[in-house]
Amino acid sequence: MSDVYVMGIDMIKFGRFPDKTVPQLGATAALMALDDAGLTIQDMQALYCGNLGQASAMVGQRVLQEIGQTGIGVVNCANACATGATAFREAWMSVKAGVNDVVLAVGVEQMGKGLLGGGGGAAGIPKEGLLGSGTMPAVFAEAGMEHSRNYGTTFEQFAKVSVKNHHHSTLNPKAMYQIETPLETVMNAEMISYPNTKLMCSVNVDGAAAAVLVSEKKARELGMARAVRVKASVLTSDPYSDRDLVMPDVNAVTRRAAAQAYEMAGIGPEDIGLVELHDCFATAEILHYENLGLCKDGEAGRMIDDGEVALGGRIPVNVSGGLLSKGHPLGATGIANIYEVSTHLRGEADKRQVEGARFGMTHVIGLGSACGIHILEKVA
Amino acid sequence: MSEQAKDEGPLPVVSWLKGAGTNDPYLEGQKCECGAIFLGERNNCSSCGARDQLKPTRLSNKGKLYVYSIVHRSFPGIEVPYISAIVDLDGGGTVKGNLINVEPDPAKIQFDMPVDVVFDDALGRKDKDGNSYISYFFQPAA
Repeated sequence: MSDVYVMGIDMIKFGRFPDKTVPQLGATAALMALDDAGLTIQDMQALYCGNLGQASAMVGQRVLQEIGQTGIGVVNCANACATGATAFREAWMSVKAGVNDVVLAVGVEQMGKGLLGGGGGAAGIPKEGLLGSGTMPAVFAEAGMEHSRNYGTTFEQFAKVSVKNHHHSTLNPKAMYQIETPLETVMNAEMISYPNTKLMCSVNVDGAAAAVLVSEKKARELGMARAVRVKASVLTSDPYSDRDLVMPDVNAVTRRAAAQAYEMAGIGPEDIGLVELHDCFATAEILHYENLGLCKDGEAGRMIDDGEVALGGRIPVNVSGGLLSKGHPLGATGIANIYEVSTHLRGEADKRQVEGARFGMTHVIGLGSACGIHILEKVA
Repeated sequence: MSEQAKDEGPLPVVSWLKGAGTNDPYLEGQKCECGAIFLGERNNCSSCGARDQLKPTRLSNKGKLYVYSIVHRSFPGIEVPYISAIVDLDGGGTVKGNLINVEPDPAKIQFDMPVDVVFDDALGRKDKDGNSYISYFFQPAA
């Protein structure tokens, strides 16, 4: 089977764009990715579009109505916060299978402000604040507290994740925020759900990202100089575990995906030069150092203390600023993190460039649950 | 809901709270032969895939605190702070709920602290038909 390459990829600067529509945001990113590839919408053989908020509203077709109704097949994907990665993976699969040579993947989201999460079922009375909390900050706080329980991980260590990612985003002009947040600022910010303060929660923003994926044959035809090889593409759902249906288990679903991704790529964690992982909350990032094999179980607290995951460290994590500061437009996130890793592998990440990376990894979690992992390889 | 429901006393907050309005309320699990325990009616086991093998089982009113979060910001109208807790019940089953009668301060909350499952009115919440509900809560073991 043909290798699959990212030939063009880009994202809009994340922010709040109430005057734009979802298709308009998606179309903007699509055109940027097409330009990056040196191709046009007329060259695309299919479109895979990820969006959550308008999942039943044919967003992919409406993107084409903005930039060119060429009549190609469109697949609209929704998979919680793994939506963008799922769209990218569907695009990858169609090329891998030899059905298509050149396809477009778009992830786009327009977000409101405020808490995400279920408030309980429609029947009876509201369950929020009665049967615990279904808000996302609380759910991921509880996931983090499991790490505290097992390894003594502290509020301060969780907070350091946010300090790091906000620092990284000062080097990323496409991030929502470019502001430093010292440790005391993070820890003293409004407590949302202990141990997650407001600065330890991802930012709800509007955003879009898009990628052009091509076959090996097409990549050779177009030139490999800036091509990025997709070495692994994996999607998992949550395997049964005792507490999963009460307390979503984001660990097992990630470990399963990571093991499959390393096997598919034929490499191990020690070969990975940078990681963009799903820091929807600061507590979550800590879990995934171990889930992705970046360190041994129980070492995540030390990893953040020692700066191993900061730019310049052993294995930089979320040099884009992550969801905590770059922002988290749900359907766009999974392609935006592929953009970030691709940009480093191409040597085009400017001030935040991670030097010497041959492989990079992207990871997203959609609660409920889905995990999408991609491993990308520098070609030229 | 109907007048009849009102006459029968408070309704259970979830279908798996049994004996609402009696002096012997309890939580009920659905237990598979493989040992997995679920909350709420279902036909099949998502652990082993067995069909129609689930049996109702009375869950313990005692357990241990697994993890928690102290919620300071929730949806509009929800009183904060409160402690959202995950409790492993003695003998099996994991349940999420509010941990009450403890200060919402991490220094006052210990992992594995023994808790009792207690039953009380659902914080005064009523449905659109005016029915009141009985809910379960966790509190430090007596």
